[in-house]
Amino acid sequence: MITATQAPEKYSEIFDQFSARSVAQPHWLQALRKEAFARFAETGFPTTRDEDWRFTNTSAVSNTSFELAGIDRISQEQLKPLGVSGFANLLVFVNGLFSEELSALGALPKGVKVASLAKQLANDSASVERYLGKYLNLQRDAFCALNTAFIEDGIFVHVSSGVVVENPIYVLYVTVPGSTPQMNHPRTLIVAEPNSQVTVVEDYVSLGNGVTFSNSATELIAGENAHVQHYMIVREGEGANNFSTLRIQQGRSANVATHSLLLGGSLIRNNVHPVLAGEGSECLINGLFMANGHQHMDNYMLVEHASPHCDSRQFYNGILNGNSHGVFHGRIIVHKDAQKTDAKQTNRNLLLSDDAQIDTKPQLEIYADDVKCTHGATIGQFDDNALFYLRSRGLPEASARHLLLLAFANECLDRMHSTQVRDHIEKLVVNSLPGAARFIGERSLQGAERNLEEVG
Amino acid sequence: MSLLEIKNLHATVNGNEILKGINLTVNPGEIHSIMGPNGSGKSTLAQVLARRESYNVTDGSITFDGKDLLEMSPEDAACEGLFMAFQYPVEIPGISNAYFLRAALNSIRKYRSEDEMDAMDFLPLVKEKMRMLEMDERFLNRPVNEGFSGGEKKRNEIVQMAVLEPKLAVLDETDSGLDIDALKIVAKGVNAMRSKSRSMILVTHYQRLLDYIVPDFVHVLVNGRIVKSGGPELALELEQKGYSWTEGELAGARR
Repeated sequence: MITATQAPEKYSEIFDQFSARSVAQPHWLQALRKEAFARFAETGFPTTRDEDWRFTNTSAVSNTSFELAGIDRISQEQLKPLGVSGFANLLVFVNGLFSEELSALGALPKGVKVASLAKQLANDSASVERYLGKYLNLQRDAFCALNTAFIEDGIFVHVSSGVVVENPIYVLYVTVPGSTPQMNHPRTLIVAEPNSQVTVVEDYVSLGNGVTFSNSATELIAGENAHVQHYMIVREGEGANNFSTLRIQQGRSANVATHSLLLGGSLIRNNVHPVLAGEGSECLINGLFMANGHQHMDNYMLVEHASPHCDSRQFYNGILNGNSHGVFHGRIIVHKDAQKTDAKQTNRNLLLSDDAQIDTKPQLEIYADDVKCTHGATIGQFDDNALFYLRSRGLPEASARHLLLLAFANECLDRMHSTQVRDHIEKLVVNSLPGAARFIGERSLQGAERNLEEVG
Repeated sequence: MSLLEIKNLHATVNGNEILKGINLTVNPGEIHSIMGPNGSGKSTLAQVLARRESYNVTDGSITFDGKDLLEMSPEDAACEGLFMAFQYPVEIPGISNAYFLRAALNSIRKYRSEDEMDAMDFLPLVKEKMRMLEMDERFLNRPVNEGFSGGEKKRNEIVQMAVLEPKLAVLDETDSGLDIDALKIVAKGVNAMRSKSRSMILVTHYQRLLDYIVPDFVHVLVNGRIVKSGGPELALELEQKGYSWTEGELAGARR
């Protein structure tokens, strides 16, 4: 075990080794990484004395001696249970490194570039340099600094002006735990030029329950009137620490929706930070977190309104069971010039056991004088009336409870646009709900009902 | 054989005795109306029949279709053919009416070892019932009762009843809060379900409902006991004389 103050020193050795084998990287990237590491070395990991980390103790990460995960090979067979084979554009990363043999790209329209970040850096580093690290705030967050310091691979998605990408781009980040604690720092860069449209899914999974640390960072740049759907799925193993930051930069009239589904992992921190920089832009931040056992799931939202006439909507639902601990921190900053802002935040939580815990904290900072900002949080248990109502119609108690949980989760699922991704996520949710199994067949039939309705 | 046999039923809610010895026999095909002033125990009786757990039966017995109803969970009672239309139907956001109702129907069919019904067969069935209750098909895809008006919620209860086809339907103040048009629609739906094998208990505060659904028997419940029973004419008498009349009779009977 190492202490928090020793951590930067320990990481210093790893950083030097990593830098030594990354000399082929472009100079600007080496400089960026160096700057980021210097920033991390300066601050170290946050503690609960830091207001942004008040409810989340990071010692499981800071006190563990992680090594950079090495190259690992896995088979198609091992991916099968993950249920992602139906996606035409599937990019698979193993321990943060691209796996060509497990990945496939369907027919993409002209003007779309999807490549591993390492490959893109090697082939056309200028296309990456324009955006990488330009939006993520290294000063604010030690984990973003650490991710940037160890940039090696990840995904690069670039959609040219006016191009519409129909099929989702599904990025699967697989962690393979080793005999000792391992970490990886995947980096995602999504650039949607004006009037383009694209859907990107980031899915974090692990093959096993060993101790790991996935520290990812994503920069999503949506140009004028671009439409981007982003999905974040975290379903890692019992020993996984998953820290992620999604930084969104929105241009004029850009429309971005980001949907998070947190299911698996021991300690999860989910940072979402959109900046509505262009006038008339809209952002939907939709999330569902379901924790059990001793899981800790922290959702930290920072929504910045920087221009007039922008709308933001935050909806996060939490289902907490066992001894789990959930956190929702919803911060909204309305800058001086962002008049006619319409910002809404809702966090609803279901506590299924006496020992489950939720901390929910809205934080509004408003510097403009003509804005509409609302926030609301609820914490509740099962509704006995609803339970009795369902049972009185013949549903067994376990099914009735399951149905009510599904109903609660559906509030989030119903905000998802992509049918294929939504159906996939719905399956993951149904399988994860307490007392699963009974309704899986039923749900798929509801799809049939929907379709029939559309036809009829 | 009678469908429902209630004998000397005593029940408490939060330690207060509400039902103080109810006796009632309902034969297949009969419609019984239970009337009474507020607080007389009408809704408690309905809730006990639907097996709500917070209602504690302290004495007496209920036999439903030859089985001990008091041994049944709410879901078992439903699967055995008992249906209660709620006085205040519950809103369940996130689950569509169609999904909920098909899950309920299939749960009951499964209990009876019948094949589950798929969406293709279910939709025409539920749509037919909705037409009878003059409910727009759009309600199928709306979350259960969420944002429904009072009248729409009550009609939705009768749609559920029509789909689940119970042996015994208990309508708990289904008429309360309905305007005359909605009342006629609900009554039409209920009357369409009358049959030789289906019995109903109409719990109501107002005689008005009985103009549209004519019962075979009327019982007056006062202070946890049935103090008077008779035919449909009893309801009219009550309407004219008010509940104080029966209370007076009860007082007389006690002396």
